[in-house]
Amino acid sequence: MTQTVALSRRSFLVASMAGGAVLTLDASVVLAAASATAPADVLNAFVRINADNTVTIGAKNPEIGQGVKVMLPMLIAEEMDLAWEQVRIEQTDADEKLYGPQVAGGSSATPRNWIPMRQVGAAAREMLVMAAAKKWGVDPATLSTASGTVVQTSSGKTATFASLAKDAAAQTPPDLAKVTLKDPAAFKIIGTSKPGVDVPKIVKGEPLFGIDTRVPGMVHGAVVKCPAHGGTVASFDDAGVKAIPGVLGVVAVNSGFVPEGKADTLVIVADSWWKASKAREKLAVKWDDTAVTSFSTAKYEIDAAKLIAGTPQTSVFKAGDPDAALAKAAKVVTADYEYPFLAHASLEPQNCTGLFKDGKLELWAPSQAPAGGRAETAKFCGLTPDDLTIHLTRIGGGFGRRLLNDYMVIAGQVAKAMPGKPVKVLFDRTDDFRHDFYRPAGWHRLTAGLGADGALVALKDHFATFGADGKPVRAAQMSPGEYPAPVVPNVDLGVSYMATNLATGWLRAPSSNAMAFVFQSFLDEVAEAAGLDLPELMRRTLGEPREIPGERAKFHTGRARGVIDAVCKTAGWKGREKGRGFGFYFSHLGYFAEVVDISMADGALKVDKVWVAGDIGAHVINPLNAMNQAHGCVIEGLGQAMVGQKIVQEAGAITADNFGDFALMRIDAAPREIAVEFVKTDFPPTGLGEPALPPVIPALANAIYSLTGKRHRRLPLEVV
Amino acid sequence: MSVSLTVNGRKRTVEAEADKPLLWVLREDLDMPGTKFGCGAGLCGACTVHLDGEAVRSCQTPIADAAGKQVTTIEGVAMNELGKRVADAWTALDVPQCGYCQAGQIMSATALLKQNPKPTPDDIDGWMSGNICRCATYLRIRAAIRKAAGLPAEMADASALPAIGVSGEQLA
Ligand code: FES
Ligand code: FES
Repeated sequence: MTQTVALSRRSFLVASMAGGAVLTLDASVVLAAASATAPADVLNAFVRINADNTVTIGAKNPEIGQGVKVMLPMLIAEEMDLAWEQVRIEQTDADEKLYGPQVAGGSSATPRNWIPMRQVGAAAREMLVMAAAKKWGVDPATLSTASGTVVQTSSGKTATFASLAKDAAAQTPPDLAKVTLKDPAAFKIIGTSKPGVDVPKIVKGEPLFGIDTRVPGMVHGAVVKCPAHGGTVASFDDAGVKAIPGVLGVVAVNSGFVPEGKADTLVIVADSWWKASKAREKLAVKWDDTAVTSFSTAKYEIDAAKLIAGTPQTSVFKAGDPDAALAKAAKVVTADYEYPFLAHASLEPQNCTGLFKDGKLELWAPSQAPAGGRAETAKFCGLTPDDLTIHLTRIGGGFGRRLLNDYMVIAGQVAKAMPGKPVKVLFDRTDDFRHDFYRPAGWHRLTAGLGADGALVALKDHFATFGADGKPVRAAQMSPGEYPAPVVPNVDLGVSYMATNLATGWLRAPSSNAMAFVFQSFLDEVAEAAGLDLPELMRRTLGEPREIPGERAKFHTGRARGVIDAVCKTAGWKGREKGRGFGFYFSHLGYFAEVVDISMADGALKVDKVWVAGDIGAHVINPLNAMNQAHGCVIEGLGQAMVGQKIVQEAGAITADNFGDFALMRIDAAPREIAVEFVKTDFPPTGLGEPALPPVIPALANAIYSLTGKRHRRLPLEVV
Repeated sequence: MSVSLTVNGRKRTVEAEADKPLLWVLREDLDMPGTKFGCGAGLCGACTVHLDGEAVRSCQTPIADAAGKQVTTIEGVAMNELGKRVADAWTALDVPQCGYCQAGQIMSATALLKQNPKPTPDDIDGWMSGNICRCATYLRIRAAIRKAAGLPAEMADASALPAIGVSGEQLA
């Protein structure tokens, strides 16, 4: 996969490998389509045809469990007309110049690659057909392909792709923008269930993950980090640590959180991680943290209460005159909602392996966004980005944690300090909880006004969250298109910011995971005041099918309506019923409506069943994986709401120690049944890693209200 | 100290501190990284192995306690018929998402079926609740255990797999 040779922009070359040929596609068009900023003079390599007529396809994106390692090759294989049994999949290295964007985030792989990856496959197929036409001296239009073979039906001539590979590689590559893509009616692979490519290895325990990286001569690093975020190392005494046999030294590094030239992390390097980890108790450190120890959950709560009672510092969206409309409203509904900081808690703790040799840095990185890691690591190591080679490992859970690359930045600096020695840096669970990029907490004061006819005429929110200089911190944004703002005539989405020392970040369905709870729970209150149920309020406010322009994406009211109707039908929704709740949300281009059925047994809340209806466009590329993603989203959302997930801060530091303090949903609390249905609409397919998550949280909160009569407006829900 | 133990049927001798957990001996000293580190505190189950046939958390098992014992890890679980059935069910139903927890899940599930060959759904939930799956593949874990036990798929199991496309059986 990596043995590609860049000759010229228009070249399509063959480099001989053991018994095979590399088809290197000129993918400048792929890149142009995928990213306006990508350089135009690059080559791109995805396809290798092997001598036995199997075809190796490069999977370029990081695999975090979302199934992209199968999904992207499916697109190429479809257009190449391969039988799936012929396909072999290999993870590529991180190299955006070769492969285009390589990000596991934003549910973006499907919408970004749907056309470009198919073009890659179609171009390869076209060149194989051209090669056969030339060889046989026939018109290419008389040829067809199937299962990795070119066929001329009239003459009965056939040739395998393998027999044509070298000739195909000598063909002038077609313009990717002009290759003919299949009519979806002819799809044989897209829309069929394909199991995970690594599953046979996973069930045998074969090394796959970043933590499994083993490089000859490798040593191990355990981290000691300033408990209060943003604090730095004032001084340290490593005499006790160095006295331990097997300990090689202590390296002070900047994980990217503190100003350049300062260190916030000490890495103890030893011949075993267990030893390095144990040695931490012998390390005496003085931290310089006085500037950050005043931050705490208790302080945020006091400050937020003051903020939302006052006038918003700024507004993200205003329409009409909400105060006047509220003064005239027949009914006014007001409520406060809030949610806490959250950690990601991916099961594989943060880690990265590095080797610095001859001025070059090689990394084995479980990163969701390796390009960012490359730039940042290069910066902190005093190298240029091109000095880094990054191998992508399988990732034991992303959820957004690994979109930021502190572990890579740390491993790079430690490796640089020990030239020639491969070193794996690994967090333990406590490090992982206490040094995350947290989903930021938020507080909302909402007011809605209903007209005499029950119509929603005014909406105000005062959202208190974290930010500085009038701007939100990462992942604390509120969208001006937050539903129902675009369909209400008088709106003010006001925001106020306060400071935090915590690094914040994107957690699966960022901002949506919180906003869905706030707005869909509040709308359930509004619906009740209007004498409606939430699906009906949604239908009335959505109105006629149309596209509403948005900040990042258009919102189609007809598609929203489609999934609302679908889930109401499959769940047998009959209006407000005890123990049932509904929620809808649009995020990451996906429309999802969900119904949750709950019961109380022995004072404990039980989720009995969840119904999901989703619209992610015309195709569900891999239904088998789609179901798994939908289940994952639903159970993760329920977990955020139900099992006590909350990150607490004291004196600038996070208190969570392990899974005892930050519970994840376990199998005994997971619903027995999750019924998932996809509504197919004539739109290009979009991603599924995230959009099924947000609506389940308000659906649960609304179900609890319907069962107990108590409205829960704070996450995690304290039900019993 | 020098410790001898049998791992997946093979006699091994390692030199390690007496309190070094079996987990880290497996991963670091025996080059068997299939057993996973998730919490180091007995809370997640990612490190589950069998010690003389019993499921234990290897992060909580000092190597000294494993001396002279039989250890089975994910790398060797398919060496016996039951373990192979479980691993095959996992493959057939495409259980993993990220896959990180699955070694521990398979080791726990195998131990469950060994002492309870026909578990009820409540038995499954009770036994498996020590194993976290952060990706939440729980519906398929339940279905795979039932499949390995030769129990019929329940309604709930059916909802773990797509209505369209390929059923678990056809995938096998
Ligand atoms: S690593 Fe042993 S139980 Fe979590
Ligand atoms: S599959 Fe990712 S933790 Fe279970």
